[in-house]
Amino acid sequence: MATVRLSFSPAPVHVRTARLVGVAVARRAGVADELLDEVRLAIGEACTRAVALHNQYGLRDPVEVEMRDDDPYTVRVIDRAPIEASIGLAALPPDELANESLTDEALTTGVGFALLAGFVEDLQVRPVEEGAGTEVRMIWPTRR
Amino acid sequence: MELSLATRAVAGHTVLEVGGEVDVYTAPRLRQLLLEVHESGARHVVVDLGRVDFLDSTGLGVLVGALKRLRAAGGTFRLVCSREPLLKIFRITALDQVFPLYDSVESAIAADPDAASAQ
Repeated sequence: MATVRLSFSPAPVHVRTARLVGVAVARRAGVADELLDEVRLAIGEACTRAVALHNQYGLRDPVEVEMRDDDPYTVRVIDRAPIEASIGLAALPPDELANESLTDEALTTGVGFALLAGFVEDLQVRPVEEGAGTEVRMIWPTRR
Repeated sequence: MELSLATRAVAGHTVLEVGGEVDVYTAPRLRQLLLEVHESGARHVVVDLGRVDFLDSTGLGVLVGALKRLRAAGGTFRLVCSREPLLKIFRITALDQVFPLYDSVESAIAADPDAASAQ
């Protein structure tokens, strides 16, 4: 068992790096090949959400990603935004998606959460244990 | 893979070919090109996602924005997408009920035969 930790400045350009590392560790952990696209997308969405929150609140703290090369494969993405920011995470119904009054930010947030919920069987969004922030924890089975 | 963007005109439509990764970092380039296409007066747009190997919520948000702009202007906005991983993304987000999805550029254009004479 090994833990890989990644800490990056909250900039969009680094989200791709987090996806690539997340998939590499998933492969090493023994996650089935057919799940790797979903792992890549879900880690990307969780990191995108964290980067957006840090930018929204003007936070320069790094976004943290922890990947446990274990059974099951566990990924934690941690932001440092005020906890109330994570309230309201909800998928949007189809008739609201193209609604003129829906802002781009609200649409992206709703769609992002739908993807997380749709691609991660075991998903938890909860406050971090110390200080401000939220942890998105995602778990995938391995073939071990 | 880096984002690639190219446009071409086909039978009264502007076809935008997208390749590579559309994510929170690259999606602003796609948004900018779609705005330029709109501002050029194009009202029948087909976005071909055939060579896209990654699409996230930011990219989907950009596509919805383009759809809304064209609808408001009386135009059409169609997507070409036939790869199962991408189709699954549209199903999970319910955006398959928002976008007209086609399996080829030809079928997307054929669905709108009047557009060829409209531009």
